[in-house]
Amino acid sequence: MIHRECGVLKTTYRADMALYPLPIARKTVAAIAILFALIVPLVLDQYYLSILNLIFIAIVGAIGLNILVGYTGQISVGHGAFMSVGAYTAANFAVRLGFPFWLSLPLGGLMAALVGAVVGIPSLRIKGLYLAIATLAAQFIIEWVINHFTWISGGVQASIEVPRPALFGHAIASQREMYFFLLVFVVVAIVAALNLMRSRIGRAFIAIRDQDIAAQIIGIDIFRYKLLAFAISSFYAGVTGVLYTYYLGIANYEQFQIGVSIDYLAMIIIGGLGSILGSILGAIFVTLLPIAIRWFMESFGSLLFSEAAVHNLIPNLRLILFGLLIIFFLVVEPEGLNRLWRNIRNYFRVWPFAY
Amino acid sequence: MKKVLAITARLAVCAAVMLGASLPAWADKEVVIGFLCDRTGATQTVGVNLCPGYHDYIALVNSKGGVEGYKIRAMEIDHEYKVPQAMEAYERQKKEGAVLIALYGTPQTQALNQKLTEDRIPGTSPGFGISASADGARYPFLFPIAATYWSQGAAAVKFAKDQLGGSLKGKKIAYLFYDNPAGREPIPVFEELSRDEGFELRTFGVPPPGVEMGAQVLDIAQRYRADFVIAHLFGRSPSVAIKELKRVGYPLRKAVGFVWASAEADIEAAGGFGVAEGYYTMQFAGVGPDYPVLDEIREMYKKQGKEPPKEMASTVYYNRGVLMAAIHVEAIRNALKAKGGQKITGADVKAGMEKIKGFTLGGLVPPLEITASDHEGGGWVQIFQVKGGKLVKVTDWFKAYPEVVAMQIKEAAK
Repeated sequence: MIHRECGVLKTTYRADMALYPLPIARKTVAAIAILFALIVPLVLDQYYLSILNLIFIAIVGAIGLNILVGYTGQISVGHGAFMSVGAYTAANFAVRLGFPFWLSLPLGGLMAALVGAVVGIPSLRIKGLYLAIATLAAQFIIEWVINHFTWISGGVQASIEVPRPALFGHAIASQREMYFFLLVFVVVAIVAALNLMRSRIGRAFIAIRDQDIAAQIIGIDIFRYKLLAFAISSFYAGVTGVLYTYYLGIANYEQFQIGVSIDYLAMIIIGGLGSILGSILGAIFVTLLPIAIRWFMESFGSLLFSEAAVHNLIPNLRLILFGLLIIFFLVVEPEGLNRLWRNIRNYFRVWPFAY
Repeated sequence: MKKVLAITARLAVCAAVMLGASLPAWADKEVVIGFLCDRTGATQTVGVNLCPGYHDYIALVNSKGGVEGYKIRAMEIDHEYKVPQAMEAYERQKKEGAVLIALYGTPQTQALNQKLTEDRIPGTSPGFGISASADGARYPFLFPIAATYWSQGAAAVKFAKDQLGGSLKGKKIAYLFYDNPAGREPIPVFEELSRDEGFELRTFGVPPPGVEMGAQVLDIAQRYRADFVIAHLFGRSPSVAIKELKRVGYPLRKAVGFVWASAEADIEAAGGFGVAEGYYTMQFAGVGPDYPVLDEIREMYKKQGKEPPKEMASTVYYNRGVLMAAIHVEAIRNALKAKGGQKITGADVKAGMEKIKGFTLGGLVPPLEITASDHEGGGWVQIFQVKGGKLVKVTDWFKAYPEVVAMQIKEAAK
């Protein structure tokens, strides 16, 4: 059976350390790669690609937040602000100094990492809800600073228009080109996070999450690793902000307010804390669900209600259904979509001979 | 393996979405307008009344046979005042063939601006958005079509001047604003005018969410002793401002609210028309039920054997919806005429928009003159006063200090 560990014998350390030890997993990854690199962008309409683009951006942000919240156990409700730090840094570099995206993007990420590490300092003394409030303060402080320092925000409108990213002189503008642009960063973000989490650093993060005193006793430098977790997570957030800025063509603080921080927390909680796949599933779920509900309502709503009533009902019912479905999924599986998926997988792993 | 299912799920959703897409009927002779709306988000008090007004006017036009033989379909999508949703909604409207987008919300307008230019589809942002987009050369596909915050600021100063006896020399004006970019936008206009007109200006920012402004109002009324108050607030805060000003005994007939601080809902929330008696409101569309076009809409409902919708009672926002729809229909009419009834594109509608002139809809729409360089159409406003339980017109359409506003536009282009 190709989908079970049974019979997969590893003869080298290399094979044991492989990211995907099962042959079927490697084939699946290859198939997914072909699907998303070739088939999807060439077959789908620009509109569907625009949805995928939004999902891609959300995936990068959700993975970043999951590294901090899910793997290291430090809560943050300031990720929206870290995104804005990345966005404005990149926008300033891109507009004032004319930096290309491959320079301003990492710079945005690094600046966000720096700010994130500073915001993370209270995590050395406080935990849980107290830390949540400390990061909430960071959210508001950063928002206020961007809002009031025109040197950063580029004028009273607090928005900086950014030219489209260009590659070899070609501007990446349409949704299809943007799809490939974002796909690269999503792949890098996923692979980097998967590898980070099975490295020394990742194991240290998990040790801190599970029991920080024990972690300290076995020789993990709590100070260093907590700040590192904040920095890496904020780097992801900063990159998300930069990608978002390039995607929309404008950096605007109103796109990174407290609601966004909460949305991303919702993604990783629904998807599953401490799991990369969970972050991806959560990002897809939260981005796609409102759209799917609206499609559904538009198709079937007119059977029951008049047109004017449908216009009024759709957005309201969408919010209600969105909330209900989140509750439903969390009741079905409190550990998130990732766990739900593992349950299904484990069932089929022994099927038809379940014991 | 575990990713296979994720992919299958993704494909299943996509398939479902595509099935849904093919359901709306596709008429040949149809012009599609993408209509972004907010009935559930941060500014839902506006959307619930504005959006029905828009649909009613479109329905009225269609009931009379449409425009040049074409029916108009306004494809509404609610974006909850969120940017990603607005992006998705826009892409969907574009896919359905929208030749004109009714934008809604300042961050959404900013986020879609570049896309509109690339896709060559005009978008309108009446009363919000980017003030500098009045400059049609710099923002070719963005049309404010109503007074921007700069024009509103200039008009407010002009109005204060008239109310204070024709001169502002040595007078004190307080600017009470919601402390966000939109709130701060008109400040340069005020500063410029305070130099020209010789009045003293002090600004009072109200931090979001804008429901706590006791200190600022007390400052205005008792320490600064302003001769006139200009308020630029959104959401819940206008009603709080009216209440607070009343509480400290500041005469409301010395206060004027910008266009988003001036609806019936704000006055009701402040405690009713009795409390707000005297308060001046700035409007970019006609207010009240007495316009011929509204009679026609009521007539249309009567013919169908229905009551006119309850949203019509909220005339400030409802009429703005009618104004938006009417200007859109005119632009499409101009475009269709220019093309001789052929199928039109976004660029045609842009050209049609730039031909709008002398279209007033019985006084509900200001005497706009939109040109290729002026996408604002002049920056006209009207002032209405709360008086005896309703909003009473006190000035006709006017615009003020166009040279100061023009200077701001030029400054922004640098």
